[in-house]
Amino acid sequence: MLDAVPARPRANADARPGAALLEVRDVTYKADGRTLIDHIDLSLRPGAPTLILGPNGAGKSLLLRLMHGLLTPDSGEILWRGGANSLETRRRQAMVFQDPVMLRRSAKANIVHALKLRRVPREQRSARAAQALETSGLAHLAGSPARRMSGGEQQRLAMARALALEPEIIFLDEPTASLDPASVKAIENLIADTQGRGVKIVLVTHDVGQARRLGGEIVFLNKGRITETGPAAAFFRKPESRAARQFLAGEIVE
Amino acid sequence: MSDFSSAFSKAFYLLISGDAALMEIIMLSLQVSLSAVVFATLIGLPLGSILAVGRFPGRGAVAAGVNALMGLPPVVVGLAVYMLLSNAGPLSVLELLYTPTALIIAQTLLVTPIIAALARQAAEDLLEEYDEQLRSLGSSTLQTISTLIWDGRYRLLTAILAGFGRAIAEVGAVMIVGGNINHVTRTMTTAIALETSKGDLALALALGIILLGIAFAVNAALMSLRGTAERAAHA
Repeated sequence: MLDAVPARPRANADARPGAALLEVRDVTYKADGRTLIDHIDLSLRPGAPTLILGPNGAGKSLLLRLMHGLLTPDSGEILWRGGANSLETRRRQAMVFQDPVMLRRSAKANIVHALKLRRVPREQRSARAAQALETSGLAHLAGSPARRMSGGEQQRLAMARALALEPEIIFLDEPTASLDPASVKAIENLIADTQGRGVKIVLVTHDVGQARRLGGEIVFLNKGRITETGPAAAFFRKPESRAARQFLAGEIVE
Repeated sequence: MSDFSSAFSKAFYLLISGDAALMEIIMLSLQVSLSAVVFATLIGLPLGSILAVGRFPGRGAVAAGVNALMGLPPVVVGLAVYMLLSNAGPLSVLELLYTPTALIIAQTLLVTPIIAALARQAAEDLLEEYDEQLRSLGSSTLQTISTLIWDGRYRLLTAILAGFGRAIAEVGAVMIVGGNINHVTRTMTTAIALETSKGDLALALALGIILLGIAFAVNAALMSLRGTAERAAHA
């Protein structure tokens, strides 16, 4: 559906096949004297989605914010295509938060303003926003105040706004955590659609069912550490760490 | 009592007949206070936004100072501006004392902290909600400020109206720097003070009624703004 939108030239020249898009090197993050992210190493490669799975408080959202550059690690580094993560590289990424942040504007103006902040030329903004609303099934709500929309619609709008930026990678922080099944399905369809367009997806979830549906690479996080990584199929068939086994069995993870 | 009732009937007559002296005073008051609010907005909105968004040493102290200045007594502002503009003051060459410009300067000083402090609070509340999203979008500081001003527009308008209410009703500052000179610097409030002391209650009452009317109009505007904001889920 998005074929009509002229593809933005991507800086892919430096991307060797299989090279990491984003690399987390020995990153630690502390707050109030507690180590919340504990020496994490992680490579995000183009292709299948990366699903960050784990119990509440494992540090999943923190890890996402560190990778997106919203937080600065206490030690270690985060590299974007081998270089430092900066404001400039953040502009090639997008993030959707668990509680969608809606500007006090119409649905369409929310997207147009995001494009403006990203310095998309004025004459392209309206068409791109309209296209994004169309893709997410929100075209009929274009003129409605965003904050008057339902929770599911707001989260779809947040997705549409992120996708309109045409990012190379999109970070999704439990985007369906508080939504009803129909809205969850709509969001998951959007995620599949996004995957089909070659955008790297990094999704945080504690919903095992969602992780099974979306597949890809699993990164299992517990107490600020990665306990295991691997393809979803293998992970769900035979999780190797005790924490992951407990998590999948629905037990309390120790 | 007959004095009072005749004063009231005279006051209404002045209002209805559009008495020239009365109109002149009303127009000067509006001109001074509206100009002051425009200047105070031009200074206060950016100042408040920078205090909300900026991260620089001394920000907390400046914000606290601006908050404290919200309660600045008009007579003190009047005294300060008087000392600046008087013949012995540093700005005496401008010869502004006892001119409408002096009134505008004094009221601008009075209203700027009100608008700046209310704008800072409004912008800070919004920023708490927007910060991560705006940083994720790669917003520059200037872009963040303009986003906050636009999205906080209803609350900022409220702040501006509050500033106008303060300016139009104050008497201390305009009395000191204006001197209540007929046809030059006589505003509604200074005229009321003078006419009351002279015993000409009719003109004082007429002006009092106008002032009350303005106060009501400002409050009505505030309430309808709030209503509009809530309808659009902007509150």
